[in-house]
Amino acid sequence: RFKSDLRWIPHLTGEQLLIKGGRVVNDDQSFYADVYVEDGVIRQVGENLIVPGGVRVVEADGRMVIPGGIDTNTCLHKDYLGSLPVDDFFQGTKAALAGGTTMIIDHVTPQPGASLLHAFEQWQAAADRKCCCDYSLHVDIPQWDGGVKDELEVLVQEKGINSFQVYMAYKDLFQMTNSQLYEALSCLRDLGAVVLVHAENGDLVAQEQKKILSMGITGPEGHPLSHPEELEAEAVFRAITIGNQVNCPIYITRVMSKTAADTLAQARRKGCVVFGEPLTASLATDGSHYWSRNWAKAAAYVISPPLSPDPTTPQHLHTMLTCGDLQVVGSGHCAYSTAQKAIGKDNFTLIPEGTNGVEERMGFVWDRAVALGKMDENQFVAVTSTNAAKLFNLYPRKGRIAVGSDADIVIWDPDHVKTITAKLQQSALEYNIFEGMECRGVPVFVISQGRVVYEDGKLNVQQGTGRFIPRKPFPDHAYQRINTRNKLYVIYLYVYILGAQVDDNVPRRSGHRIVAPPGGRSNITSLG
Amino acid sequence: MSFQGKKSIPRLTGDKLIIKGGKIVNDDQSFYADIFIEDGTIKQIGENLIVPSGVKTVDAYGHIVIPGGIDVNTSLQAQHMGMSPADDFYHGTRAALAGGTTMIIDHVVPEPGASLLAAFDQWRDVADKRSCCDYSLHIDITRWHEGMFEELETLVKDQGVNSFLVFMSYKDRFQSSDSQMYEIFGILRDLGAIAQVHAENGDIIDEEQKRLLDMGITGPEGHVLSHPEEVETEAVYRAITIAKQANCPLYITKVMSRPAADVIAKARKKGMVIYGEPIAASLGTDGSHYWSQNWAKAAAFVMSPPLSPDPATPDYLNSMLSCGDLQVTASAHCTFSTAQKAVGKDNFTLIPEGTNGIEERMSIVWDKAVASGKMDENEFVAVTSTNAAKIFNLYPRKGRIAVGSDADLVIWNTKETKTFSATSHNLTVEMNIFEDMECRGFPVVVISQGRIVLEDGKLDAMEGSGRFVPRKAFPDYVYKRIKARSRMAEARGVPRGNYDGPVHDVISMTKSVPPTPTTRGPSSSGKNTPGPARNLHQSGFTLSGTQMDDHIPRRTAQRIVAPPGGRSNITSLS
Repeated sequence: RFKSDLRWIPHLTGEQLLIKGGRVVNDDQSFYADVYVEDGVIRQVGENLIVPGGVRVVEADGRMVIPGGIDTNTCLHKDYLGSLPVDDFFQGTKAALAGGTTMIIDHVTPQPGASLLHAFEQWQAAADRKCCCDYSLHVDIPQWDGGVKDELEVLVQEKGINSFQVYMAYKDLFQMTNSQLYEALSCLRDLGAVVLVHAENGDLVAQEQKKILSMGITGPEGHPLSHPEELEAEAVFRAITIGNQVNCPIYITRVMSKTAADTLAQARRKGCVVFGEPLTASLATDGSHYWSRNWAKAAAYVISPPLSPDPTTPQHLHTMLTCGDLQVVGSGHCAYSTAQKAIGKDNFTLIPEGTNGVEERMGFVWDRAVALGKMDENQFVAVTSTNAAKLFNLYPRKGRIAVGSDADIVIWDPDHVKTITAKLQQSALEYNIFEGMECRGVPVFVISQGRVVYEDGKLNVQQGTGRFIPRKPFPDHAYQRINTRNKLYVIYLYVYILGAQVDDNVPRRSGHRIVAPPGGRSNITSLG
Repeated sequence: MSFQGKKSIPRLTGDKLIIKGGKIVNDDQSFYADIFIEDGTIKQIGENLIVPSGVKTVDAYGHIVIPGGIDVNTSLQAQHMGMSPADDFYHGTRAALAGGTTMIIDHVVPEPGASLLAAFDQWRDVADKRSCCDYSLHIDITRWHEGMFEELETLVKDQGVNSFLVFMSYKDRFQSSDSQMYEIFGILRDLGAIAQVHAENGDIIDEEQKRLLDMGITGPEGHVLSHPEEVETEAVYRAITIAKQANCPLYITKVMSRPAADVIAKARKKGMVIYGEPIAASLGTDGSHYWSQNWAKAAAFVMSPPLSPDPATPDYLNSMLSCGDLQVTASAHCTFSTAQKAVGKDNFTLIPEGTNGIEERMSIVWDKAVASGKMDENEFVAVTSTNAAKIFNLYPRKGRIAVGSDADLVIWNTKETKTFSATSHNLTVEMNIFEDMECRGFPVVVISQGRIVLEDGKLDAMEGSGRFVPRKAFPDYVYKRIKARSRMAEARGVPRGNYDGPVHDVISMTKSVPPTPTTRGPSSSGKNTPGPARNLHQSGFTLSGTQMDDHIPRRTAQRIVAPPGGRSNITSLS
């Protein structure tokens, strides 16, 4: 099934591995089985496997064998005023692997006015050189104009990108108006892409920033004060309204507050095709630290939307993740050093935004949700890996332990407790926002592309081994409903029109049936 | 004795009335008493009143006596693409009186870019000449610019206007952006006015209209298809967010759909100062008629936001009105003749928007809510009159039957039914969207300014007798909470020592980068030009919440003007 992909992995040939005595946990069921891996692909799953001699055996000792995590939100190459984050594709993916994440989807963030294709190639070049695990890319659309459409089409149909981010915040920089969102979403729906939305009301944020600065508040506490929860919830609501109007699947990146999550859950209950992604940070800590007396510490938490000062937020988000109201866990990992953050030491609006989280992501979901009995192990796999794979059309190549899937596998120890500290992390950051927190649940072995890259707390990675994974448009998980509704909507209009105006024969009427044929466009075939 | 009256209110000389035997219904209680009226004011309430001889007696036995209705949303003068509404101030207020409404608040709609004051004067001019009942005016802000501040201040402080409407819809004509709304709301809060919002997402509507026209849908059904409920709901949500942020009281005009009402109710439960106004049309009928085969009929229903095609909507809105989640009923009366509507016969976006309802409003609420057992008679008075009077600072001059209040009264028949029809209504339009609807509850006697204007089914309205009623800023009902919150909402910075660690050198970095034209701003700031060196402590302008101390002279004066329970809060301005 994935034969064609072998050409991507010349340097892994011949690696063979047998994982013995583990309990395979997928998102739907758990069972005891051995897993045999060859050439970076899972070849056999079962008991008493017949394998060639001399194969390396990894003893799982009854521990869980889970699909490697997929981190759907990282920014490892996003520059701020010309300087790159301290965690680049190498540092960042090292940290990912150490935390049990075997694939990342990074955000390509072109400058407004720059070519998306060009930016994409730049990102791909950097990642190909440095990445230690498989990766894919989201492309952010910094501004909407007619010319973008052609580039989007190329990206979707030739480059294997099926997800694009639009911004409702960052006024005068990335922000799109409602009309632009409407157009962008219509266009992306026709292309079969998933639309990622950075949901905050940028107009109001700008106003609040002015107000807070004029009050003389310049420290990091000004950041959450100027980004209140309501602005996030409002934008989520609006994004969903527009998405629903256009009939386009919406993915809310960075669900940081209870109200935003509630808004999203309510829309799902009404049947909207919308997905929500809380971050490691919003799941494990809260925004009280913005008021820390230590400037460097307070600044380390600056991210948009900000962490909610409400300390019950993490619990609430975990509960929603458990019941399926939120679906995917990202990290939003974007690491700027304290010196970089200090660009905004006299003006909080200049502090570069981003926190760490790529390494801690899986651990905290286990610790806060599974270890507390909120969530079961299958759901854990779903929210850390499988849902993301389905949504972004990587499934079942990624996100599942099955014959034919990629050998991105983690052996997870649910009982081991580890204390998070900047001293022991893979990230190059000098400050970890989870500093001192204890976390139950760690990876013991991490296998990426069929190779053991992490064991006994030691990483064994190679720069540039990560492959770019192209993704086809129209992922079933997001688009099945959309396609059906497109059909129905056309019919719905006809019923009313024909019913209402049988006798008035406007010549245009018969023609437009062709414009939007019931049955929609045919789906997934074109991409190689 | 009658001399004194002659001087102040010449038109109403000697008009003395006693209403006997009715049950007086206010928003808080009902009781049996007689009412004596003189000079347009209620002078006595009680049993066995001692009154001068020769007073006309009005018999109210078996009926209830209620404060005259207040219709807070009419457009009797606003032009639409050069066309004046079919019902102007004369016809409109006559119909209002016929339906038991004794005061209207009309919307002044200036042309975008035109002076608000000039438009206000024009409206007053026309209304003073034509209006048959007391009226007041809202002003619509059709295009915001900074220079408008003085006009708003004048209107609030000198002209007695305390409510302004902002459009979130009508793209490229009236629509305001989120930033503009935030600014406007901040100013209105400082002035003590109420922000009204026409809540629909104009951007989406615009796109949907284009799309539907492209598909060849040109009839009135295109109107409702291009204005889906979600678009209304989204705008309501956004307006609430902005108002919350600016700490400004918000009033949503024309609540037409269930989800929009739900959003309002939910925000109120969170403690926001927000009011919702369903209208006669959304309480009495639904949007299924947009698909009528009869073009003229379908077009008659065209208004924005449109009536919801969901037939359960009226029932639901009546329930929300009954439980207090929605507060005020209006009519949004704005009628255009079929010929005027037919301007849009080949393109639904050109159909002038508006329906009738000024005459039917009270009866519809009685029939749908009170007669059906959802609401009691006191609540009926609250939603048709008292709440509006409180919100817009007319209380207790209007909206209550009490000594000292204006003699705007209605004797209401609660038992019999009346049928609406274009053939019998008091309007000039040839269509009535409530055609053939049978409603229990209608006025038998209507008294406006102490004068009987409807009796025995005969309407005796006097053109030009309506007075402009000025309204003061900072209505207590709305602003008490806002003021307390302004005091609370002071944010404080954290006192920290200076950060003395290394700072990433931005300037040299950007210089060392080869000359790419795409210099990128700070990722969180809307304004990147000043750079990090800006002195933030020098900015003197503030929109912040604390205005407790910056308008002391007016504030103290106002406290005297509006003593609790007193009537005196309105007289001085006119």
